[in-house]
Order: sequence, then C-alpha cells, then structure tokens
Amino acid sequence: MTNHKNMKFTLKIWRQKDAKSKGKFVTYKITDISSECSFLEMLDILNEQLINKNEEPVVFDHDCREGICGMCSLYINGRPHGPDDAITTCQLHMRKFRDGDTIVIEPWRARPFPVIRDLMIDRSAFDKIIQEGGFISVNTGGAADANSILISKLPADLSMDAAACIGCGACVATCKNASAMLFVAAKVSHFALLPQGRPEAKERVRRMVAKMDELGFGNCTNTFACEVECPKLISVSNIARMNREFLCAKVG
Amino acid sequence: MAELIAKIPKGPLTQKWSEYKSHQNLVNPANKRKLDIIVVGTGLAGASAAASLGELGFNVKNFCYQDSPRRAHSIAAQGGINAAKNYQNDGDSIYRLFYDTIKGGDYRSREANVYRLAEVSGAIIDHCVAQGVPFARDYGGLLDNRSFGGALVSRTFYARGQTGQQLLLGAYSSLSRQIKLGSVTLYNRHEMLDLVVIDGKARGIIARDLITGKLERHFGHAVVIATGGYGNLFYLSTNAMGSNFSACWQIFKRGAMLANPCFTQIHPTCIPVHGAYQSKLTLMSESLRNDGRIWVPKNKEDAEKLRKGLIKAKDIKEPDRDYYLERRYPAYGNLVPRDVASRAAKERCDAGYGVGSTGLAVYLDLEESIGRLGKHVIEERYGNLCQMYEKIVNEDPYKNPMMIYPAVHYTMGGTWVDYELMTTIPGCYCLGEANFSDHGANRLGASALMQGLADGYFILPYTIQNYLASEIKTPRMATDRPEFAETEKSVTDRIEKLMKIGGTRSVDHFHKELGKIMWEYVGMGRNEAGLTKAIGLICALREEFWKDVRITGTPAEVNIELEKANRVADFLELGELMAMDALNRKESCGGHFREEYQTPEGECMRNDQDYMYVGVWEYAGPEKPYKLNKEPLHYEEIEVKQRIYK
Repeated sequence: MTNHKNMKFTLKIWRQKDAKSKGKFVTYKITDISSECSFLEMLDILNEQLINKNEEPVVFDHDCREGICGMCSLYINGRPHGPDDAITTCQLHMRKFRDGDTIVIEPWRARPFPVIRDLMIDRSAFDKIIQEGGFISVNTGGAADANSILISKLPADLSMDAAACIGCGACVATCKNASAMLFVAAKVSHFALLPQGRPEAKERVRRMVAKMDELGFGNCTNTFACEVECPKLISVSNIARMNREFLCAKVG
Repeated sequence: MAELIAKIPKGPLTQKWSEYKSHQNLVNPANKRKLDIIVVGTGLAGASAAASLGELGFNVKNFCYQDSPRRAHSIAAQGGINAAKNYQNDGDSIYRLFYDTIKGGDYRSREANVYRLAEVSGAIIDHCVAQGVPFARDYGGLLDNRSFGGALVSRTFYARGQTGQQLLLGAYSSLSRQIKLGSVTLYNRHEMLDLVVIDGKARGIIARDLITGKLERHFGHAVVIATGGYGNLFYLSTNAMGSNFSACWQIFKRGAMLANPCFTQIHPTCIPVHGAYQSKLTLMSESLRNDGRIWVPKNKEDAEKLRKGLIKAKDIKEPDRDYYLERRYPAYGNLVPRDVASRAAKERCDAGYGVGSTGLAVYLDLEESIGRLGKHVIEERYGNLCQMYEKIVNEDPYKNPMMIYPAVHYTMGGTWVDYELMTTIPGCYCLGEANFSDHGANRLGASALMQGLADGYFILPYTIQNYLASEIKTPRMATDRPEFAETEKSVTDRIEKLMKIGGTRSVDHFHKELGKIMWEYVGMGRNEAGLTKAIGLICALREEFWKDVRITGTPAEVNIELEKANRVADFLELGELMAMDALNRKESCGGHFREEYQTPEGECMRNDQDYMYVGVWEYAGPEKPYKLNKEPLHYEEIEVKQRIYK
C-alpha cells in the first residue's frame, strides 16, 4: 500500500474465437498500472480499454478473486498462475513484475482441457474423475454422532493437506505429460487417510485412475513440477500414496 | 394485498419440526422417479439439496454458471460452521444456539425457523464427518471447536481457514456421486434467465448456455432457487465476481416476494480498499477475533503520523492503544457480533483515529496471542489467512498488525419463504442466503454455512415432498407449451434490447457507479435524506444504463459483457428497492443502522412497537410501485429485549 508506483507493460495475449478456430497472440500496450493492482485487475483495465475502443474484451475464467474457488487459470510467462509461489492468478500482483516487462499470457495447454475461447478452458474432465469415485457413499440422514469416529491428529491433518486442492489444473498445465496425478492423488489421499474412506478405498483408486487415463491425461515421470506450481502446496508424496493404494488395490 | 401464510406448525416451539415431519405428505419411491426437480445453484444449499433429492430418487437437474459446481462462492467461507453439539461441555444447547441466533439477528427473524435450524445443526456435523470432511481435531482424535461472535460458548467446527471449501467439496462429492448414478444431471456454465409459471405453479426455467449462447427450456415439477445473496450489488464486496441475484429477481417478477432487502451485513474484518481499479474486497475471517485484538491509537496525533507513514504500529506503546471493542463491550470484547464491530470501527475512523494511508482502517493484532501461544499455533490456526493477507498487502501479519476495515459480506434479506421454504409461487422454493428466514437483521458468524446445509440436507428434502405428493399425477410437460415459448420470448426480447443499445459505457462502469451510491447512502449508516437521494440517483443511473451501456459481441457466443449486463440491470432495480425498504424501516436494528434512531451511546434503537415485522415487497407490474406487505413477528419462547453485549 505504501510503495505504490505506476508501471507499463507489453502484453502478448492468446486470442481464440472459439474451440474450433485457430488462435494467435495479439500484442497490447498498457500503461499507468499501479504496482498494487492484481493481475486480473490489470486485465480488467485492459478489457475496459478494449470495450471503449469497441473491441471484444479478452475472455478469462475467474470468480472468487481470493485464491480459493480455483476458477482462474492463465499461463503467465511460462508459469501457471505466474511468477510467484503458492498462489492463484487472482492473488498475483503487478509488483511481481518489472516496469516495462513483456508479459505472455496463455491458456492452460493440455489436450484434456480444450480452449473454449481466448484464455477460457474446459476443465470438466476433473469433474468426471471425481464422479468416478471422489466421494464416500453415504446418503444424507444416516450418519452416527460425529465424535463416534476418532481420528488421530496427524492423519487428520495430512488428509486436510490433501483436501486443500482447489482443482485449478495448474498441475496438469505445468506437467510436460499433462498428467493429472497430483489432482487425483490429492483426492485419493484425502479419503485414504480417513477411516470413513477405507471401505471404498480400492474401488475408488481403481476407478479414478482408469478415468484419468481414459480422458487422455498423461503419466507421471516424477519431475515434480506439479508440486512447485500448486497454489495450495499439495505434496507429491500424495502421488506415492496413490501409487501404493493403486498397487494394493490390484493385488488385493 | 397478498396474504402471507408462513405455515408454521402448531404446538410448542420445540415440537414443531417433529410434529411437521410426523404428519407431512411423502412421495413413494416409485413416484419419486417420475418427478423432476430443478435446482439452480451449486453452493452449500444448492449442492446439498440436489444431492439429497437425488439420493431420495427424484430426477434432479442442477444448474451453475461456473465451469464446475465446486466453484460456487460458498467455497470462500473461511471460519467455520456452528452446531449445538456441546462437545466442549461449556453449556451449549439447541436452545442456546437458537437464542443466540435470534438475539444476534436483533429480533427480526422467525422464531420457528430459527429453532429448527438449531435443532438440525448437530446432524449436519454428523453427516459432514461421514462424508469425509476433514474438520480440525485435537490430539485425542475428537473434533475441535472455536468461538465466533455473539456467543459465549465454543460451538464452531472448522477446517483450518477453509471450512466453506471443505463443506462445499463434501456436498460436491455427494453431488458427483449422484451425477454418476444418473439421478442428477448437471448443467454447468448455464445461467437461469427466467422462471416458467404454468397455471400458477412453477414448472420450469429458461436457461442460457453460456458457451453457445443458446436459450434452453427446462421443465420441472418444482423449481428450487439457491443462488446466494445480493452483496455484489455494492460492486466492492467479499462476494465472487459472478455472484448475482438475478434468479431471485426473476422469480420476484413472476410472483415471489422479497423480504427485508435492506438487511445487509457489513463484515468488520476485511482488507481495506486501496485503489480505484479494485475489483473486490477480501475477507479476513472472524475467527481471527479469537486470537486477534482490535485497536486504534488513543491519540489523534499518533493516528495522523501512522497515516503519513512516519511511524509504525509497533511504535505505539501499549498504554497509547485503544482496544475499543474491549473497552466498550467488556463481556464479549473482540467477539461482539459483526454489525456492532463494524459500526465501532466506522465510529473510530470517522472520529479521526483511523490508520492506513486512507485513514479507513483499524488494526487487528495477533502479537499478544503469538506471545502467549507461539507463532506455530497461530500459523496452524490461521496460516492460509495470513498468507492471503501477505499476498495482497505485501506485509507480514505475524510481524505487523493487520489493517482491516468493514466491507459488504452477506445479505440477510432475500426471497420470502414460508416454513416449508416455499416462496409465494407454489412449487418454487428458495434456500440458503437467497432466502430471508433465519438471520433477522444480522447474521452471526459461522451461521451461513449452517443454514445453507440445514436447508439443503435436512429441510427441503422433507418439505418439498409435502408439495410433490399432490403432483404425482402431473405428467412431465413438453417444453413446446405456449408458457415456455412466451417466457423464452421475453428473455430473447430483453437480450435484444440490451444488445441494441450500443452505447458508450461498459457494464462495469455502471456497476461501479451503483456500488458507490449504495455504499455512500445505503451502507453502514443510513438516514432519510441520504436514502431519498440514493433512490433518485439509482433511478437516473438505471435510465442512463438503458440508454448508454455498450455490450460488445453477439448473444450467440461466449459473451461475458452480456452476462454482466443482465445481472447489473437487475441490481439497478434491486438497489432502489433496498433503499426504499431502508427508508421505510424507521428504526435501527442489526445491520440496518438509521442514524436518526440511536441511543446516546451510539447503539441501535429498535422500534418494536411499529417495526416488529418482516417487510415483504411485492412486484405489481412494470412501471408500478412495489407494494409493501407485512408479516408480523411473534415471539412465544423468547423475551424480546434490547441487545446488550456489554
């Protein structure tokens, strides 16, 4: 707040009319951007200027603008969610850039996440994976008293660490194989670590992995780029846990 | 004047809900399959309702405007969810939760609904744990609790600072399971644009596919609206950018009514506004008030120096700090309800003690708690909040106190519903923040999650059957009926009208202007002159909008500007009604503070004699004034008193 300064940028933004059209980079100049402005607010300003010129604004996904809904994406200068650690794009601020920088903005690039328009992509593949087994089969109404299940603090905390995934897809976007292993492993681990999740553990991991493969996500080659770019710092040790669960499900 | 029948069951308060359930009509399993239910919204209320109705065997269609149901704004709720479990043995009970909620709402909510909410609160926690929601636990493996404003007990369950996220992902997982089983069909990136009413009953919706721009007709034996509140009307709020009230405004125009629209909640602990380009305000959870102390300097000179950046908060010695909440409200201290805390912050800033470059901020200081408990404990409790703060403000809240200021957060007002959560349109229901029933004039912290899930998991799945039992002979209707065609035509006409304007100003321009008017005159402090002025300004702005808004592109494609224009057009009407409601209510209660009606100490002065009613507004037709109906509030169990937190 105190060290505000005005900045200017050259933006190279991916524009694509719709899923079928061919896209291209378009260059925009933007000036008088406050260093305290968020990245998406900078795009708001650009869009306002485009509308004033009667041009079509850049389409991008966003909603909560506080780093939790997982709707914003954007590949910024070669990094999902841009040049800062443990954030979503909506939490990125212009103070992380230098005055006069050229900023390249692309959508997530992964075959299972087709572009809808400009920077907006279709991530329903993630929903489909969850629908295969990312749940505990319990109907409303039949549950026992909440404190009748005791869960030690450590597994409860580890489960929460995994459950913090926001489903943004940065892990897929950054992976050279477009692997969804970190996303799937986070959900598998969230349930695998809790006693409530054990009865369906084998079925869950089998089905979710099969769906992930079917939808065209690649395999994991242990480069751990996903962990580096995850806004919620989900650990790759979850992938190890998922592999163990998967193996046990196969042999058991 | 329409008749408002709340359908509150007879009998003693504690027995009403069981009495209702014992005698209501039910639908048998074979018939459930033949009944279609449309649920609009996939937040806590919408997703939990859609999942539970699917589990029961109904055929459910669930709509959301985001790319996935998991994005709904319930996800952003941080601090926790209340439940009367009394796991801490600190004297909690269903009655106490009920009482705190009524009192917190400043005696402007419906007693029977609130009692039921408290009654089912425990079952929510049981169900969420069974779903695998990773609530915080202590070393013995039992569930942990924290305290929230307006309560003397610890009854708030939490999952770090991401409780809303975990509860929503729980509901989303149940919903996903039903989608796979085929009982729920999901329509993501779809937005409801009108309600179809046939022979006086809700029978479907017109929705726009936000990718292709195509309008679609969907039939349902009943329609459930769970689309959240209208805080985004203020432009700057803690709501998500897409949060809107259009579904509720559409049903309002089709015969549903709107209750207490002036009751908005201004949350005391948000990151202050810092620039004209700003798009939203970020909440810092109320849970921070468990361990954070709120203060401003005692001396104006210090405040002045802080504003100019000549000194830092750390330079102010302990005796020179004014912990004004602890000073004014010794019994509840930093944990007074939100409306009280917000007004107190405004009072200090208006009096010249505010800090930050704008003078519109107060400190929330974790220093003492870090000293007492250690940084690791504070980190474990609020780590993600502190990280959020650091990313936005570029300051370390473990080292310097956070700067906070009130911001629009929640709306207690909403669609009028009866005890069954049905609106005044038969077959049309309204759940969660979108309805008005449970929070009166002020909502207590950690009660929004409770209400959303109570409505969706444990109330609607019962009450909707009482209606659907008489619909089992109604066959699925074809969507080529004239009622569908006419409703679709009115949507097409409106879109065409918007596109044709071809003006010079963006939708955001109008939204921001509206927000400024609302914050200035219909915000934390309201008075007759200001409200009257606001109505004039809003009407003029609305006129300008319909003459000068510019929407680029076409309706037959992804068109964000068109989506926004539809929503802002509705906000421009709702804003006027909010100001009218605030003008009508000549008293101060909860979040509604009329400056003319306050005690010498600056507290709310209620007028129970004249205003102990729900203000229920009715749409009378285009260009006609809205009609005010009244639902009187009767308190059988509770003695109505002045709210005192001292």
